[in-house]
Amino acid sequence: MQDFTQEFIIALKLVGTGDPELWAIVLLSLKVSVLAVIISALIGMPLGAGLAVGRFPGRRVLIVLINALMGLPPVVVGLLVYLMLSRSGPLGVLQLLYTPTAMIIAQVVLVTPIIAALTRQVVEMLATEYDEQLRSLGVSRLSSVPVLLWDGRLALMTALLAGFGRAIAEVGAVIIVGGNINHVTRVMTTTIALETSKGNLALALALGAILISLAVSVTGAVSVLSLRGERQGVGHA
Amino acid sequence: MIRECARAAAAVIALIAGSAQAADHFIVVQSTTSTQNSGLFDAILPWFEAESGIDVRVVAVGTGHAIRNARNGDGDVLLVHAKLAEEAFVAEGWGVLRQDVMYNDFVIVGPTGDPAGIRKGTDAVAALTMIAQAEAVFVSRGDDSGTHKAELHQWVRAGVDVAQASGGWYRETGSGMGATLNVAAGMGAYTLTDRATWLAFGNASGLEVLVEGDPRLFNQYGVILVNPEKHPSVRAEAGQRFIDWLVGPDGQAAIASYKLGGEQLFFPNAR
Repeated sequence: MQDFTQEFIIALKLVGTGDPELWAIVLLSLKVSVLAVIISALIGMPLGAGLAVGRFPGRRVLIVLINALMGLPPVVVGLLVYLMLSRSGPLGVLQLLYTPTAMIIAQVVLVTPIIAALTRQVVEMLATEYDEQLRSLGVSRLSSVPVLLWDGRLALMTALLAGFGRAIAEVGAVIIVGGNINHVTRVMTTTIALETSKGNLALALALGAILISLAVSVTGAVSVLSLRGERQGVGHA
Repeated sequence: MIRECARAAAAVIALIAGSAQAADHFIVVQSTTSTQNSGLFDAILPWFEAESGIDVRVVAVGTGHAIRNARNGDGDVLLVHAKLAEEAFVAEGWGVLRQDVMYNDFVIVGPTGDPAGIRKGTDAVAALTMIAQAEAVFVSRGDDSGTHKAELHQWVRAGVDVAQASGGWYRETGSGMGATLNVAAGMGAYTLTDRATWLAFGNASGLEVLVEGDPRLFNQYGVILVNPEKHPSVRAEAGQRFIDWLVGPDGQAAIASYKLGGEQLFFPNAR
């Protein structure tokens, strides 16, 4: 264990000194997961809000389904996306397999249900709270959606962070559809998996420490921004 | 309609992601974990890339998985180590031609304590028989990889039905060689590994090579161009160029020059 601690410190120093290859991997991780979260938000937020205020048959079933999909196994999503994007699959002509785009697609599938389900919860609570007020103003249920989304934006930030956490930490899907190709689709999690399989456990753990600090920094930054927004009194009271 | 929508959506994502699809000067090589984990590709590919301007993108999975990916057309070149499966791949028309590239050997590693007493043996079959008799824990890849196939072959020779012992003293990880070595190190178990992965492996604590030098533990790697007649998307010209380099004097010299701790990991033997 003594040896391991020393090895870990050496590895931490190595990765901390700004090795350009490592930074390229960190940046790709961020790029893939941030884009996946943005796209998921564009799909998941309207979907979640629609489920919250809409009244249509099958709504309850859809809500249960979206909630259940929050627990999608990444490796299964990876396999499904692989089968779609493979040369022999229906979307093979797009030549997207083993590209960052394929990884974004897989993560969108994983993250969208999380954002949709959490948005649905937030908006439904607000809609109940403001029901009378909105009705007295003559606002229809559907046109109240933008107002409710804006009002719940701090709570929705948490939904985005939950989605980001899922995306940045996930390895099962991206390793299948990205192929962990050096300089092309290698991200933090797949690098950690690779170093672990090479038996470089200290280096893998040091990379893990970087990944965790990355997740903490992003979450921290968003929280600070949200708090500032709240203090300035623009948040939901 | 759906396909067009998907194409448009993908184009938008590709645009913002800035994926390198426009630059068509690359090939995808479906290969094995041993060639990647040993560091061979990192060492030799820059030579080819500098000379040809072709970027080589390696997807490293087990041999069985690599062959299935190549069969789906998700690769231009296949570089694996299971001769029978490779010949079948070509015979079924999925590949153009199979050529020998290089070899090394498999070794049996195990705990320093060596509960089955196989140390210094040179006969893999005898060693495996002793492990089975002692019911000492043996960790198998269990993933249809080249190494897994080679290991199963030796068990058949030893007349041991490992399926009977699965979950008992015979443990199948279903993972790559490195992950399996991690399990063997953690459990103090025996396993069969290719020498390259073993030499490059950083977590060998408590394990050592116990049996080596059996001619039946020969480990041959072959290279195949995926058949463009089956998959028109195959980058046949660039792929062939890579194969020609690999089996030509420059590639063979590059393979021979790759050493780790003074030891050569792969021995070129293209004809």
